[in-house]
Amino acid sequence: MTARIVMQPSDITRALTRISHEILESNRGSSDLVLLGIPTRGVILARRIAAILETIEPDSGVTVGALDVTMYRDDLARNVTRTPAPTEIPAGGVDGKTVVLVDDVLYSGRTIRAALDAINDIGRPRFVRLAALVDRGHRELPIRADFVGKNLPTSTSERINVRLSEIDDTDEVAIA
Amino acid sequence: MSSLTGTAHLLSTKDLTRDAAIEILDVAEDMADVSTREVKKLPALRGKTVVNLFFEDSTRTRISFEAAAKRLSADVISVSAKGSSVSKGESLKDTSQTLAAIGADAVVIRHGSSGAPRVLAQSGWIDASVVNAGDGTHEHPTQALLDAFTMRKRLHGAASRGKDLDGVSVTIVGDVLHSRVARSNAWLLTTLGASVTFVAPATLLPVGIGSWPVSVDYDLDSAIAAQPDVLMMLRIQSERMHAAFFPTAREYSREWGLDDERLARLPAASLVMHPGPMNRGLEISAGAADSPQSTVLEQVANGVSIRMAVLYLLLSGGAT
Repeated sequence: MTARIVMQPSDITRALTRISHEILESNRGSSDLVLLGIPTRGVILARRIAAILETIEPDSGVTVGALDVTMYRDDLARNVTRTPAPTEIPAGGVDGKTVVLVDDVLYSGRTIRAALDAINDIGRPRFVRLAALVDRGHRELPIRADFVGKNLPTSTSERINVRLSEIDDTDEVAIA
Repeated sequence: MSSLTGTAHLLSTKDLTRDAAIEILDVAEDMADVSTREVKKLPALRGKTVVNLFFEDSTRTRISFEAAAKRLSADVISVSAKGSSVSKGESLKDTSQTLAAIGADAVVIRHGSSGAPRVLAQSGWIDASVVNAGDGTHEHPTQALLDAFTMRKRLHGAASRGKDLDGVSVTIVGDVLHSRVARSNAWLLTTLGASVTFVAPATLLPVGIGSWPVSVDYDLDSAIAAQPDVLMMLRIQSERMHAAFFPTAREYSREWGLDDERLARLPAASLVMHPGPMNRGLEISAGAADSPQSTVLEQVANGVSIRMAVLYLLLSGGAT
């Protein structure tokens, strides 16, 4: 099966810029915002969104971190052992903050459920929001994203590949 | 994807590859972060049962494994030989079959006989992961892993992940003959690229040491003059000494003990390590044990992270 490119570099940048504006709008500014990316590519996306927020509202004080959810997954006993990635919580913590979880693809919703549990063990944010570059449907849990880059109807047999230039050689979203 | 997948046990550091060892150390980095949080618990091993089976006395290893298993939300059952049917003469086979009947997913075993964990792992008496927590004078793999972790953390700090111990010189001093810690460290540290030197009286070195991947020195002062990055003092194991290995404790201390004067000759950046429990005044002076160069308490704290990593990598994943 050949891969079909559904988002070009410019599409990704536009989507992230729109998401950034939507985050500022819903939060009524940039105060107390903590962006937590879910490894691997969610962390990169969170950093990009933070950079865009910084250009929209300089000195906004938005903090960025990484939230690894490996240990909270519900399929640990079913799949091969996963090696966890680092969790980095910004110095200010999450208590009383607005946490925006950032992931590349929203699919079953199970990763996000694990992320909600993981946040629970770190502190008590005032709000938790969810941003995803791609929402491909097929939810298995009552979870939805607040900010979506692109809604992409898929079949479960298809694969979505998000590539980001920081770790891959290019910026694209492909469907195969 | 884990490189420990498929190996259900941790019996020795001799059969650990460099990649598998580094993976354990890296996962331990993540586990260490958990102990700084408000909720020091992860749900990863919920519903798993870990049995600590201790045929020999232990403080730090037993509570360390217990804390590690509990922080991963496993259920922990601790059995010590004293106060169990083992003291009535029950065999290892019967004890392990009892544990199998209870539904143990992992058995952490410490035993006075070298090779007991391997017997348990290969016997077929119990279908659980076996973790060697010290067997006789053979191996103590998690101690070596936590020592390597401690060295890496002191040398590389926050940038430790993925690194090995290439070029690090480690001098291990004392009762090598009876020390499972020295053996496990010799294999693991050389696998990770460090160079290891043993310093001990000839009576406390095992026969056949020439075939080990280490160099041997008999003089602590010349070993300190070589400016090692790490000086690891071993405990004099009086409980295993059934012969005269050195004339008197005072003489041992004078020749092979780390006293304040020798500490002063050690480079300021060198680490002083001791697996504990320490015989203060015998192999290590109080001044050396409590100096800023000493990592004794860090080793204990890191032990929990290492054991969490080992239990996680052995017990999560794969339908067993």
